[in-house]
Amino acid sequence: MSTRANRFSLIVKQDCPTCQLVLPAVHQLAAELGESLVVYCQDDPTFPPGVEAVKDDRKLEYSFLNRIETVPTLIAFDARDRELARTEGWDRSAWQALTGQPSLGEKLPPFKPGCGSKSVAPGIEEQLALRFAEVRFQARQVEPAESEDIMEACFERGWSDGLPVVPPTPLRVLRMLRGSDRDPGSLIGDIPPNNVPCSVEKAAINAVLAGCKPDYFPTVLASIEAALQDAFCMHGLLCTTYFSAPVVIVNGPVSRQIGMNSGVNALGQGNRANATIGRALQLLIRNVGGGLPGGIDRATLGNPGKYTYCFAEDESEVDWQSLAQDRGFERSDSVVSLFAGEGLQPIMDQLSRSPESLARSMAASLRSVAHVKRYSMADAILIVCPEHRRLFKDHGWSKEDLRRALFDELMISGAQLLPGVGGMAEGMPEKFKDKLLNKFRDDGLHIVTAGGTAGMFSAIISGWVAAGERGSQLVSQLIKSNHY
Amino acid sequence: MANDRILLDPTAESKPTERQLQARLQSLDDATVGLLDISKPRGKEFLDEIERQLAPLGVTVRRYTKPTFTRTAPRELIQRIASECDAVVEGLAD
Repeated sequence: MSTRANRFSLIVKQDCPTCQLVLPAVHQLAAELGESLVVYCQDDPTFPPGVEAVKDDRKLEYSFLNRIETVPTLIAFDARDRELARTEGWDRSAWQALTGQPSLGEKLPPFKPGCGSKSVAPGIEEQLALRFAEVRFQARQVEPAESEDIMEACFERGWSDGLPVVPPTPLRVLRMLRGSDRDPGSLIGDIPPNNVPCSVEKAAINAVLAGCKPDYFPTVLASIEAALQDAFCMHGLLCTTYFSAPVVIVNGPVSRQIGMNSGVNALGQGNRANATIGRALQLLIRNVGGGLPGGIDRATLGNPGKYTYCFAEDESEVDWQSLAQDRGFERSDSVVSLFAGEGLQPIMDQLSRSPESLARSMAASLRSVAHVKRYSMADAILIVCPEHRRLFKDHGWSKEDLRRALFDELMISGAQLLPGVGGMAEGMPEKFKDKLLNKFRDDGLHIVTAGGTAGMFSAIISGWVAAGERGSQLVSQLIKSNHY
Repeated sequence: MANDRILLDPTAESKPTERQLQARLQSLDDATVGLLDISKPRGKEFLDEIERQLAPLGVTVRRYTKPTFTRTAPRELIQRIASECDAVVEGLAD
């Protein structure tokens, strides 16, 4: 090695006991190699004392560009400036072999590990990448005037849903992109309503706006891919005068790894992942797709879930099937599901002590979805709270048993639903008079568990009245990530 | 680049195409008018009435239906209407 080595770089930092320890060896090398050795110091240009050829690397450019992870690092280069080999920390025999100096550091202990390089300190790497690696973004750069408040600038440009957004600086966007291994330039698909091609980078910018952490980004990407599945019908969902908007449900290990809430107040405020993942999807549709309320979004009333409507399923009972399992995934898969829904209708049942009674309660409440006399029209999600789930399980009922009981309870003869029956003009067309109808179309009722362990309060998320093939169906998407 | 005052644009960065309106028909003589039902309730009744009123004017009426109101019209349907008609009336909303 040493016969071909033409010059050496040594990267050190004063605040490193190993770098202090190897000072005698550094002095020895400096004397032997002269100008062939250049020392780069990350924190103190006067360190190591007594060595002339010290270069100031406090900006960490050299350390970053040479991918230094540990100090000290000794690198040998050939005459063409190609790296031949490097050694990290103090390893006497490795330093001796690399430099061809058999007596190097004879009086030092044979081995001492180094310290972390300042160029890989948490949060530094992306800053250095922006400064030295010429990271290029495709997105246009906007530079508000000095006099503009940066938060107000985001509102002024129409990037917000009405709440403050996190300003999408290049550093924040780069960190977001590092949350996924997807190429920033790759396309996710066309975002409705304007069907604008959307890159991973654009998704990252909107995830920053929404307040996401980089850890959430794979889930955000999966939620966008789910929204773009044809069966979800995002375009129509956005345009409708009805209340509905995407409801995002996360299953699998990722929901726990990123700290999503599936328990107390699962559908309420207070959890960053729940709040910002759902919001990222909405902001993307607004900013990239052009889906502006009052523009293409024609909702009569809308619903507060159009800011964000996202939660995780409680999967703590392994013998109670999860939504993702219902959709054909494994319990070990991380999956995001989207449902076109709105609002929350409570089912308060504190008196049922048998599964039959509780299922009847739930079915009675489910009849009100969209309208009590409208059948096979809107889909729904039934959220079973843990106390209600416990009652079913204590009586040996599975989720499938509950589903069957609900199906039976929700059958009715068309004659009872005709317009005028019950003094209500609304109802099912005359042609259903002699038919048996179920409240929900096949695959139109989904069952999910969430909520705190106290309270016999389940709930219904009712769906868009355009359900099934003519409108929206619940869709699921695997969350792809190297990290989980 | 690490400047906190530089922001990356989260929008599509594109302006929607300004579409020119088609030249208005000067008369309905010998015109072919398409009636597009988007599959919303009562759309058929509305378009039936339009057809009834167009008939005495000597207009050729062609009827079209979108598979579902929740999705944009299929490209083939749009092209068919464009190639077969001079004007189109869409029964929008309910």
